[in-house]
Amino acid sequence: MFKFLKRKLKKFEEKLEAELEQEVKDSIEEGEIKESPAQIEEETSKASVQTEKMEEKRRREEEFEKRIEESLKSELHHTLQTRKSIEKAVEKKEKSRTPRISEEKLEDLLWELEIGLLEADVAYSVIESIKNDIKEELKYASIDRGNIRETITNVLQHAISHVLQSNTFDFLEFIKTKDKPIVIMFVGVNGSGKTLSIAKMAVYLKKHGFSSVMAAGDTFRAGAIEQLAVHADKIGVKLIKHRPGADPAAVAYDAIEHAKAKHKDVVLLDTAGRMQTNVNLMDEMAKIKRVAKPDLIIFVGDALAGNDAVEQAKRFNEVVGIDGVILTKVDTDAKGGSALSVAYTIGKPLLFIGVGQGYEDQIPFDPEWMLNNIFGKEEKIAA
Amino acid sequence: MVLGDLEESLRGTIRKIANAVTVDGKLIKEIVRDIQRALLQADVNVRLVLELSKKIEKRALEEKPPSGMSNREHVIRIVHDELVNLLGETKDLPIKKQVIMMVGLYGQGKTTTCGKLATYFKKKGLRPALIAGDVHRPAAYDQLKQIAEQVDAAFYGDKNEKDAVKVVKDGINKLKKTSDVIIVDTSGRHKLEDNLIEEMKNIFHATKPDEKLLVIDAAVGQQAGSQAKAFNDAVDITGIILTKLDGTAKGGGALSAAAEVGAPIIFIGTGEHPSDFEKFDPTRFISRLLGMGDIKTLLEKAEESMKGKDAEKTAKRLLSGKFTLKDMYEQMDMLSGMGPLSKIADMLPIGFSGKLKKVDMNTTQDKLRKFRVIMDSMTEEEMENPNIIKSSRVKRIARGAGVENRDVKELLRYYNMTKKMMKGLSGNRKMRKSLMKQLQFDT
Repeated sequence: MFKFLKRKLKKFEEKLEAELEQEVKDSIEEGEIKESPAQIEEETSKASVQTEKMEEKRRREEEFEKRIEESLKSELHHTLQTRKSIEKAVEKKEKSRTPRISEEKLEDLLWELEIGLLEADVAYSVIESIKNDIKEELKYASIDRGNIRETITNVLQHAISHVLQSNTFDFLEFIKTKDKPIVIMFVGVNGSGKTLSIAKMAVYLKKHGFSSVMAAGDTFRAGAIEQLAVHADKIGVKLIKHRPGADPAAVAYDAIEHAKAKHKDVVLLDTAGRMQTNVNLMDEMAKIKRVAKPDLIIFVGDALAGNDAVEQAKRFNEVVGIDGVILTKVDTDAKGGSALSVAYTIGKPLLFIGVGQGYEDQIPFDPEWMLNNIFGKEEKIAA
Repeated sequence: MVLGDLEESLRGTIRKIANAVTVDGKLIKEIVRDIQRALLQADVNVRLVLELSKKIEKRALEEKPPSGMSNREHVIRIVHDELVNLLGETKDLPIKKQVIMMVGLYGQGKTTTCGKLATYFKKKGLRPALIAGDVHRPAAYDQLKQIAEQVDAAFYGDKNEKDAVKVVKDGINKLKKTSDVIIVDTSGRHKLEDNLIEEMKNIFHATKPDEKLLVIDAAVGQQAGSQAKAFNDAVDITGIILTKLDGTAKGGGALSAAAEVGAPIIFIGTGEHPSDFEKFDPTRFISRLLGMGDIKTLLEKAEESMKGKDAEKTAKRLLSGKFTLKDMYEQMDMLSGMGPLSKIADMLPIGFSGKLKKVDMNTTQDKLRKFRVIMDSMTEEEMENPNIIKSSRVKRIARGAGVENRDVKELLRYYNMTKKMMKGLSGNRKMRKSLMKQLQFDT
C-alpha cells in the first residue's frame, strides 16, 4: 500500500538532490569565504579585556555596590552582544559555504511533494507539518558535495518518522503480561469496520493461545447484535449480549463479570459507531469507558478516509483517549496516507491493518516496516 | 473543527477578493491557490482540483465582467459556476413504480440508506419494499429486516440462500404486485474484488433496475473517483447518495465521484435515523462551502417548521409588542424543529456563524431544552402572564420540572431580555419591515 507514497517521496528526493548539486557547483564557482575571521577575534578579545577591567573595578570599589551592579549589567549586555555578533558572523560564513536552494525553487518542489502526498490521502494538516519539517531541517543541515544524497534522505526520513513517532507497542507482549481479564474497547465512526475487526481479533488471540469473550455493546444499530452473534458462532467464542436498545455499559459490565468467572483472558467490547460531532453519543462512549475501565482502547479507522481521518481520531482521542489504531479496508487500493495522518494526529501506534473480509485478514503493523517500505533501507546503505 | 477550517479558509479567500479594490493577475493566482487548498482539504480529487483551478484562473483573467458587476463579484461567480459545473445537473428520483439497486463500498451506509429511501417514497404515497441482497455480511439480513419493520416497508430476504442473484430475483417476483418501489440492498465491495464485482453485474443484468444508486461516505478521500468508476463500469450508476454529512467531513470525495461517473448527487444523509435525509442541492452545497451562507435553506426550513397560519399569527403578535412565555415556547419549538443550532448557524451568512463556537451552541441547545421542560411545568395563567411568578411559584415550578430554583429564574431573566428585544424590534419600523419581508408575510 505504501508503494505510491514511496514513489512520490523518491521523486521529490531526486529533484531536490539535483537542485542542490547545481547549487554546490555554483557556489564553488563563486569563490569562497567572504567574512574575515580576524575581525571576529578582535571583537572577542576586546570583550574579554573589558571583562577584566570590570572585575578590577568591582574589587576596588566594593563600597559602591549600586554602581557595581549597574556596571555588571552593562558588562553582561556587552558580552552578550559580542557573542551575538560572533554567531552572526559564523552563520554568515556557513551560509556562503553551504549550497542553498532558493525559497522559490524549494516551494515549487514542495508543492509537487504536497500534491503527491495529497493523492495518497495524507491529510492536509499533516502535510503542512511534513513540509515545515523539511524546510527547517534543510536550513540547518550541513550539506557538502559528498553527502547530498544522504542528507536529503535523512531530512525526508526524519520528517516522515517525526510523523510516525508513535512509540512502538508490542501487542502480544501486552496481552501476555497484563493482569487478566484484559478489557479491549473498540471505538470508531459508523461503518469503519469495528465488528469485523473484533471478530478478527478474537481469531488472532485464539491463534496465540488466548481465550476471549465478546460484548455486543452496539445496542443501537439495527442488526448489530446479530452480526456479532454470527461471528461469535463461527469462531466459537462466547458472546455476551442484551436486548437492542439496552445500556452498552451494562453489557460491558456483564461481559467482564463473565470473563472473571470463567477465567477468560480478554474481553472484546464492541461499541456503536458514532460521528465525532455527536456530543451525546460521545458522552455515552465516555460513560462506557468509566464503567468498563478498558485496559486498551482501539480506534478503528477506515483507510479510505481522507482529511476527515484526522478530525475523527482527534475527537475520539480527546474524549476517551486512544491507545492504538486498527486501519481497515487497506485492501481497497487505498494509498495508506490515512495511516500517516492518524498516527501523526494522535501519536498512537497503528497495531493492525485489515486487508480483507476473512478472519485471518488482519496483519500486525510495524512502523519500522512502513518506514523501510517507504524509504528502502537497503538502498540507503548502498548510497 | 475541520469543517470550520475549510469554511474559514474559503471565507478568508472570499474576503480577500471582497476587500481587494482591483482584481489583477497576481491576486487571482493567490486566490486560485487558496481555493485549491480548500478543495483539497475537502477531499476533492487532486487532478480535478488542478484542472478546475486552471479553468477558474483562465476565465477570471480573460472574461470581462458583464456590466453592472464588479470584478470581484465576477471572480466569485466564476468559482461558484465552475463548482456547480463539476457537480453536474441536478436530478429528482421519479415518483413512480420502479426498482432501485443500491451499491457501494463497505461501511458507507447502504443498508441504513435503504430505510431512508423507503421512508422518502412512503411520504410520497408509494408502497416501498426492501430486498436483502447482501448475502455475505453476517446479519445484514437482520439489519435490513429490522429497518423494514421500523419504517413500515415490505421486506424480502432468505437467510440461508447464498446466491444473491436468486434472492433478488425471487424478491422482485414476490413483491412487484404489492409494492411500488422495490429497493435492493447489495453487499459492500471494492473495485479489486473481481468475483463480487461480477456478482453485482449479475444482479444488475437479472433485475434490470431503473435506478442504480451509489452510496458514498462523506469521509472518503482520494479513492472516491476511481472506486466510483469501477461501479459505474459494472452497473452504470444513475445517481449518488452522500452519507454521514452530519460529521465533520465535507464530502469532496462525492464531488469527485460525481464528476467521474457523470451522475448527480441526489440525496444526502445527515444522521442515523430514517428521517435524517435531505435532497441534495448543489448551489446550496457550494455556497455553504464558499462561506456565503445560505439563507435560502434557513428560510425553507423555517417555513416548513412554522405551519402556515400559526406562524403568521406568532409573527404578528411578536411585532405587536405583546410577548408572553407562550410565544417564547412556540419560538423555541420552531427552532428545535429546524435541527441542531449549529446547523442553522452554518446556513447564516458570513460573520454570524463564524463567531459562534460549536461548544457554545451545544450548551445553548441544552439550555433551550431545559427551558422547555420548565415551561411545561407552568400553568396556563403563568404562561400568559409571567409577572405573577414569585418565589413560591418558582419553587413549585422547579420541583415540577426537576430543576433548581435558579434555572427557573434564569428562564424568567431570559424571557425579560427577549421581551425587551422584541419591543425594540417592533418600535423600529425599518427593522419590522425587513423582518416581515424575510418571513415573507404581508404587513
